[in-house]
Amino acid sequence: MTNFEHIGAYFLMLKEVFRKPQKWKVFWDLLFREIDDLGLKSLGITAFIAFFVGGVIAIQTALNVESPFIPRYLIGFATKRSMILEFAPTFISVILAGKVGSYITSSIGTMRVTEQIDALEIMGINSLNYLVLPKVIAVLFFYPILVILAMILGIFGGWVAGILTDLFFTEDYIMGIQLEFNPYFVKYAIIKTLVFAFVIVTISSYHGHKVEGGALEVGRASTKAVVWTSVVIILLNYFLTQMLLG
Amino acid sequence: MLEVKNLHKSFGEAHVLKGISAVFEKGKTSLVIGQSGSGKTVFLKCMLGLHIPEEGQISFDHRVFNKLKGKEKREIRKEIGMVFQGSALYDSMTVEENVMFPLKMFAHMTKEEMLTRANTVLDRVNLPNSNKKLPSELSGGMKKRVAIARAIVMNPKYLFCDEPNSGLDPQTAIVIDNLIREITREYDIVTVINSHDMNSVMEIGDKIIFLKDGEKAWEGTKEDIFRTDNEAVVNFVYSSNLYKKVREAYRKEM
Repeated sequence: MTNFEHIGAYFLMLKEVFRKPQKWKVFWDLLFREIDDLGLKSLGITAFIAFFVGGVIAIQTALNVESPFIPRYLIGFATKRSMILEFAPTFISVILAGKVGSYITSSIGTMRVTEQIDALEIMGINSLNYLVLPKVIAVLFFYPILVILAMILGIFGGWVAGILTDLFFTEDYIMGIQLEFNPYFVKYAIIKTLVFAFVIVTISSYHGHKVEGGALEVGRASTKAVVWTSVVIILLNYFLTQMLLG
Repeated sequence: MLEVKNLHKSFGEAHVLKGISAVFEKGKTSLVIGQSGSGKTVFLKCMLGLHIPEEGQISFDHRVFNKLKGKEKREIRKEIGMVFQGSALYDSMTVEENVMFPLKMFAHMTKEEMLTRANTVLDRVNLPNSNKKLPSELSGGMKKRVAIARAIVMNPKYLFCDEPNSGLDPQTAIVIDNLIREITREYDIVTVINSHDMNSVMEIGDKIIFLKDGEKAWEGTKEDIFRTDNEAVVNFVYSSNLYKKVREAYRKEM
């Protein structure tokens, strides 16, 4: 298949995904399970990464702001802006593309090669709607929460790093994070997160659903899904930034 | 009754099914046999609607399946049960949940009613007391029983089995064969089995269709298979010394 054919097949897949669930009760059960699998189980890694990334931003900014003419509160300001605008939505999404994306591709791919998807289709179940729609809704609901948590933890991590290294004072840092707070930036970050969450689930599901062969092909599909998801996230990040902030 | 007429299916340049026609009747176990690459699986997948044939017609009780769309097709699918080669049980569900799954999706039943029905079919396949086990905790034979229970839980009119004995020891294979035959007669359903297993052919083959290079090369009963002189069938069925001797003994007896 050429890349254009893949793009076409991806949009045809979306048409099947966004249909009315065949049984709402089953859909709600699956949705809660996906919130747990794709959302709650990503809390730990998200918190860990956000906290340390925030710490690194604060330390690097402090070390690069040595001039007495530059106010120290800029460290808090830079940490806050970096976390909200870029690190929380984009960095965390790329990490989740690896963690969640490979999980989705390998689980759907394994279902494909062990004929579990055929079993669904023979029963008259739309396998794409049954397997993918709950995942899409789960991440669209939960990833903004994860990203807001990442913003808060990143800013907190920056403060902890400053305290531990004595590079700046708490008062300066707090003044910095309160300075020129623009709620639109949070909105921008959440819009980006929703787009990235959609991309993570749908591209990974597409690669999983079209696997043919065995374990080796499932592994290859997972790798391909992570690479493509990351590429698409980076490209969309550029376009969304241009559109929403440019 | 399931009727297939002049079925053609190709993948690119490869013409896999070349005009196969067959009739599968109620209450009989029909076996489709043939060498690897003869088109058995493609034939089965066409009948199940997983492959779309280029030509020909598949009729489930005079309803032409491959010409139907959407809802009508889904209605026929609800009448189909399928036992996959690798069982295809859902890993994340217990035995009970696997069996109840079609009921949950399509039947208007309370949870208690679904549970009662699941227990009935699990008892029927001789698998009581395993309800809470996961597929990973079951042996190959037990998985096959769960797959059969799941396939018959909706009272299907048509049962398809893709190599139901593969990976099983000879004793368990016979148990599974007999179970399929008993269920076919008890529920009066159309059963189509894809098989390589000559024991199955001899045990439960009410009707046998032999495919060779995508064409129907022979058709008959398990008794006919001892009598036939069709070279392709004889070469395939009696490829082992054991079956050669069985055939000779049968012919002497006749």
